Amino acid sequence: MTAILGVLAVERLVRLAPVDLAIVVFYFALVLGIGFYLKRFAKTGEDFFMAGREMTAWVAGLAFVSANLGSLELLGWAGSAYQYGILAAHWYWVGAIPAMLFLGLVMMPFYYISKTHSVPGYLQLRYGTAASGLSAVTFAIMTILMSGVNMYAMAVVMKVVLGWDLNFSIFVSSITVAIYVAAGGLFSAIFNEVLQFFLIWFGALLIPILGLIETGGWHGMVARIQHNFPGQDFTHMWSNLGHFKDNPMGMHWTGIVFGLGMVQAMGYWTTDFLVVQRVLSAKDIRSAKLAPVLGSFFKMAVPLIVILPGLLGLAVLPMHLVPNNEVQAGQYGYNEVLPLMLARYCGPGLLGLGIIALVAGFMAGMAGSVSAFATVWTYDLYRPFIRKTAPDPHYVSMGRWSTLIGVFISIGTAYLAMRFASIMDYVQALFGFFIAPLFGTVLLGMIWKRVTKAAGFWGLLAGTLSSVSMFLLMQGKFPLMNPASRVRWVSLFALSPDAKGLAQDMYQSLWSCVTCVVVTVLVTMVTKPRPDAELKGLVYSLTEVAHEEKVSLLHRPVFWGGVAIALLVVLQIIFW
Amino acid sequence: MSEKHEIIPVWFFVGVLFLVYGVLIFVSGLAEWSHPPDTVLAELHAPVWWGGLLIVLGGVYCATFRPGRKKA
Repeated sequence: MTAILGVLAVERLVRLAPVDLAIVVFYFALVLGIGFYLKRFAKTGEDFFMAGREMTAWVAGLAFVSANLGSLELLGWAGSAYQYGILAAHWYWVGAIPAMLFLGLVMMPFYYISKTHSVPGYLQLRYGTAASGLSAVTFAIMTILMSGVNMYAMAVVMKVVLGWDLNFSIFVSSITVAIYVAAGGLFSAIFNEVLQFFLIWFGALLIPILGLIETGGWHGMVARIQHNFPGQDFTHMWSNLGHFKDNPMGMHWTGIVFGLGMVQAMGYWTTDFLVVQRVLSAKDIRSAKLAPVLGSFFKMAVPLIVILPGLLGLAVLPMHLVPNNEVQAGQYGYNEVLPLMLARYCGPGLLGLGIIALVAGFMAGMAGSVSAFATVWTYDLYRPFIRKTAPDPHYVSMGRWSTLIGVFISIGTAYLAMRFASIMDYVQALFGFFIAPLFGTVLLGMIWKRVTKAAGFWGLLAGTLSSVSMFLLMQGKFPLMNPASRVRWVSLFALSPDAKGLAQDMYQSLWSCVTCVVVTVLVTMVTKPRPDAELKGLVYSLTEVAHEEKVSLLHRPVFWGGVAIALLVVLQIIFW
Repeated sequence: MSEKHEIIPVWFFVGVLFLVYGVLIFVSGLAEWSHPPDTVLAELHAPVWWGGLLIVLGGVYCATFRPGRKKA
């Protein structure tokens, strides 16, 4: 972030033509219009918070993926691809697809059958108020923090690229989101997320197309990268993961498979309510199962518009970008690779489309955050702890107000981010603190009926505390510790002193989930289980998963899940 | 899209967005045909064919999902 601040002195990268401005203005008018149109349909709590549970699998699936396509996602992972090469695609493939399929085919029936409105809501049913409250509070805080940091990152890029005033970008885009989400609730958020999904694709897709034409295809691009960065391997996904030193990420394959694929991704895609809420809006159980499966195909394709532009940047950009925290005047950081590629290929009209794709990415992410925040605040904190019984319209009204308040707190967080140069890194790490242990808690609760209420709470708390402790120790910032001893802790937790930031995050997630599971099991052994009758619909062995209506093979989620896995394997082999 | 509510399908809004953007980009591409912008590969006139693609997609979506159209 300091890096981005560092380049504020640089002149704007591009200047918008009238046609570009028309594209931007039309977009804002359309999303607001949709919000006001949908307001009339968001009358009850079920409508406002769950979009009436009547979305088709396609709409829920696209919104599911789109809510994750925030501005940091687009700009950050394109920058990571420039920095680490195609290794960054692991976060879209191994680090997403199996988890999305697991959500759809295994976990979604429980969420759906229990008729819960949120992930903390499931914890309330399974473990009671303590675990649910802990999860709801951490989720609400982290979601709002992330939303604000996303907002700030987007505004800074708009300033660098277009010379727009930071305050203007922050207020116009966030107030637009506040208005349309407060008006139409999840209906509005989902409609606009689908719109934004298409916009992001058609705004960004020209970059890889024109980039590959310029380089003469994939092989031409690889040859140019090798010429520009001799001796470095940016285009293999697995063959350079044998040792931490063999790849630019400082990563080992065990970190990718176990830390990323089996814990962090599973935690994010199956328990982060921001994305799960979209699937809960599906109209029936088959749609709820199919939505993440369909979403997995789109997720698998996202590297085309995020990772490939980063790789093309390595091949065609005349300057070498530098780490974001080392940018000097006249230089560009990794995070600017996508706007730089946009400016390279896109003139008037297409430039406006590309810029609005970035803005749409931000707005989709923020709408996801505030709609999830409003639901968790209203149903998991306000209703159980502040006002237990109130008529439905009262909770809808609370949802609308909490949406607006959530946006304003996010704006405050965005300004806070300006004061703390590295807050973005910390918040991302903080977000990970709660997701990995939560996965252990939710999964154990679903598959093992013996797990007790106390075990759920203490396991979640222990996992979270262990994650925070590991992070502080590896950063050399644990109270009273000698900062020089951090390498020892990195060697211990991340298995090698050569493990870099992302590798450390993966092992931190893995061990925090293991801690959560171990503590949950131990506490379960010494506490009294709940009667079976209370756990029907919440635990695998006590739940009759409703059979889907008889449909052809092509309409079955499990069939498309198999196709997605096959495609994933093929991609790994191609880019091995 | 909706069983309980009679909501205009989201795909119609996608169509409107594509159609309007397609026209804007296509026309600007034609206008700059003889004076392409100072971008790499400007000689390919990407705005013209990309705008055209958006017009076709937008038109198909608008026609297929227009409000009031009866489902088959």
